[in-house]
Amino acid sequence: MTHGTAGLLLLADGRLPAGGYAHSGGLEAAVRTGRVRDTADLGRFLTGRATTTGATNAAFAAAACAALRGAGADAEPGEEQQTLTRLAVLDTELDARTPSPALRRVSHALGRQLLRALKAVNPHPLQQRMQQGPNHPVAFGAGAAMLGLTPVDAARGVLHESVSGPSSAVVKLMSADPFDAYRTIAELRGLLDEIAEDAAGRALDHPEDLPSYGAPLSDHLAEDHETHETRLFAS
Amino acid sequence: MGSENTVEEQGTDTPGARSLRLGVAGPVGTGKSSVIAALCRALSEEMRIGVVTNDIYTDEDARFLKAEGVLPEERIRAVETGACPHTAIRDDVTMNLLAVEDLEQDFAPLDIVLVESGGDNLTATFSPSLVDAQLFVLDVAGGGDVARKGGPGIGRADLVVVNKVDLADHVGVDVPQMVDDATRAREGAPVLALSGKRWGTVEQLCEWVRGLHRRHLSGTHVPTDPGPMAPHFHADEEGGYLHSHV
Repeated sequence: MTHGTAGLLLLADGRLPAGGYAHSGGLEAAVRTGRVRDTADLGRFLTGRATTTGATNAAFAAAACAALRGAGADAEPGEEQQTLTRLAVLDTELDARTPSPALRRVSHALGRQLLRALKAVNPHPLQQRMQQGPNHPVAFGAGAAMLGLTPVDAARGVLHESVSGPSSAVVKLMSADPFDAYRTIAELRGLLDEIAEDAAGRALDHPEDLPSYGAPLSDHLAEDHETHETRLFAS
Repeated sequence: MGSENTVEEQGTDTPGARSLRLGVAGPVGTGKSSVIAALCRALSEEMRIGVVTNDIYTDEDARFLKAEGVLPEERIRAVETGACPHTAIRDDVTMNLLAVEDLEQDFAPLDIVLVESGGDNLTATFSPSLVDAQLFVLDVAGGGDVARKGGPGIGRADLVVVNKVDLADHVGVDVPQMVDDATRAREGAPVLALSGKRWGTVEQLCEWVRGLHRRHLSGTHVPTDPGPMAPHFHADEEGGYLHSHV
């Protein structure tokens, strides 16, 4: 990964002002219901997240990135339309893989926020013509392409966010050592790289053939969390 | 981006053409929601107003304002900031900015959008990328010495409101002294003693907002950034160190 590293670091940085800090990636609900109590639990939670939601999102981010690459300012009008159509199909396919309405709302809100931030941070002609609230991985993949990144970069970035969000949130949710939380991510790096490579390998697949790994309990908890009275995080 | 700019983005570039965005900041419990309710109640006949509230938990403040019935419900939007209310008005304003732009687009033209911060501490102020001007709300019940402590909000917000002055006798606070302290901390910038129960003080607040709105429309209002907390000194065993919030 020699080219575009600076762009990926910018996009995947949790401090990028796109509203990600208000979310725990399902961890708050898992802690509240006693499913995550210590660092070992956190490791299992993150592994589950990376191999289900994370892997699906990585595949869609990679595919969105591939759809946009080459469709720059000098693209033919027909090409642009093709790119936009493919992004819209990817978005619908990802909706179909997100059974929880609450999580669909969260993903579209985060996608909209990321797109809004990138319009200011890295303007690109297609941003105005894209659907304004795509699923977050679709926005991320498109944003990655606009920064000159490749599908595997987009997959890596989305996977990183899927585990770093909960790892930052954990210290606010239970008695946890922040070093332990980040050690958990460090231990997962082999798995994350593997998932990212796999996702990138499918970037040109037909959207309906992209993976659909499910986590029914997370879906259920997300529904409950949305209406919970005293939550610290929006999801 | 030229001709492809959306309404919202053109608005962002030309302050006079869009609503006045007015932030309301201040510590928890000083009466930010009540100040907003009072403004809406008093000004809704003459101005088209929208409100964005920020809450850590759910949409408590939005529900309060809706229950007050001061504005049509759909003009009050809640942004859930998670555990970081200060981040949503300063470091990462995207959620709030989208909420403001949505209101401006859905109810165009609006004269003013009030953005209520989730209550935080004395150092939390709005970024000028989110609001054109800001109120900083203190109250007498928080103690008469708070105004003296200064900080970016007290020192450099466009207006400091000393709220709940009707309670001053009960909490042993000398209101003129507190206003005086705040005025000194602000080097003469405006400070307003307010009570929702004293109509004259609410009218003074409205008059200030009207003046600000006129300056916004004429392009003579220049948004200023109260800035992050100034570097300050922490004493400790080894003599202390200079601490900078970045």
